[in-house]
Amino acid sequence: MGILKYLIPVAVIAAGVGWVVTAPGSVDAARYDGVTGNAEAGETVFTAAGCASCHHAPQSEDKLVLAGGQPFASDFGTFYAPNISPSDAGIGGWTVADLAGALTQGVSPDGQHYYPAFPYTSYAKMEPQDVADLHAYMQTLPASDVASKPHDVGFPFNIRRSLGGWKLLFFSDDYVMEASDEAGGARGRYLVETLAHCAECHTPRNPLGGLDKAMWMGGAPNPSGQGTIPRLTPDKLTWSAEDIAYYLESGFTPEYDSVGGHMAEVVDNFSKLSAEDRLAVAQYIKALPALGQ
Amino acid sequence: MKKSFAALAALAVLGSAAFAQDMPKEVKARQGQFQILALNLGVLGGIAKGAIEYDEATATAAADSIVGVSMVHQATLFTEGTDSMSIDGTRAMPAIWENMDDFASKWGDLGTAAAEMQTAAATGKEAIGPALGKIGGACKACHDTYRAPE
Repeated sequence: MGILKYLIPVAVIAAGVGWVVTAPGSVDAARYDGVTGNAEAGETVFTAAGCASCHHAPQSEDKLVLAGGQPFASDFGTFYAPNISPSDAGIGGWTVADLAGALTQGVSPDGQHYYPAFPYTSYAKMEPQDVADLHAYMQTLPASDVASKPHDVGFPFNIRRSLGGWKLLFFSDDYVMEASDEAGGARGRYLVETLAHCAECHTPRNPLGGLDKAMWMGGAPNPSGQGTIPRLTPDKLTWSAEDIAYYLESGFTPEYDSVGGHMAEVVDNFSKLSAEDRLAVAQYIKALPALGQ
Repeated sequence: MKKSFAALAALAVLGSAAFAQDMPKEVKARQGQFQILALNLGVLGGIAKGAIEYDEATATAAADSIVGVSMVHQATLFTEGTDSMSIDGTRAMPAIWENMDDFASKWGDLGTAAAEMQTAAATGKEAIGPALGKIGGACKACHDTYRAPE
């Protein structure tokens, strides 16, 4: 009994500290005050970030109606991409700072943590100008009134506040690779590590769902359960930079096999970017360090 | 390049040892047709990239072969019970059988792109790259929905 006398206050303090440190953060709105969005530039950001690939409606031919609804299975449950079209059911009323909070902090305008199925762990490094441009572009897209489908996630992962703890452990806006000219420069790194969020699928995750950065781009099981996402490091991927750039443009491997699965959507996006951007990504991939087993 | 062909060949040998006996002939046939596509796309891709010198006969032969494959009716090859959930050694997803009309229409898009390649092959080297892009688009559009990842 005696020990409880000490344990209870400790537990209360721990819970209090836990409550504080898991609180959703917010962006510095002033950072976005002087930034004016350009919709045309935003289209490139939108394409490079692959927003439509996950947020268009399942089986929809029109990939610019961002009604959401595609399921994403994981070890923690099934997540459904929400409606992010410019309507009341989506992000119609959002300010640039609201969008920045979502993309760079993983926090909704009403102060809730998002699940990291939404790759804000990559988007965290987005330039304010790109966020503003993206915001301007997304407001020009068709509106959909389809309500977002709730995620199908079990206890304890359904307690959003626990994501504050997850973020303490795994959320960082540091880059993994050095930016060098041989590695596609700052642009290549920004495309791979931030906008195109390649590592979200190509890097394995630990049991809590955080990226295992020691195995950067080391390949991973497909979260859908079928097959694997390939390793991109030079111990496995032996294509030349030109081969990789051509694959991102056409979907053809050097053997003229063709891209499949979700990567087909990724190639769709890359094919709309500039040849310089594709080559920068390819150079980044070629500069990855080899991994062991 | 040589190395990767060797690796492919080794894979093909291993693959056939593992699957040859129990693989339905429809599956072998449909995988064979995609190999024919890949080999001929390789010729056209080589020309587009400048690795193979352009001449009309070579380019046209490759384009004709792709058109020929595109004319094969797919329903004969994608028979019931040969999807990736039912048997090993195929990446053909069950969704194909649920959407046969859409599947056939996407195969038709390959035919359209292949016909454009015939024109491009007769036109010259510069026309081949864009035509390849359209064929790649047709491959991708179908694989996106109907082909399982490796």
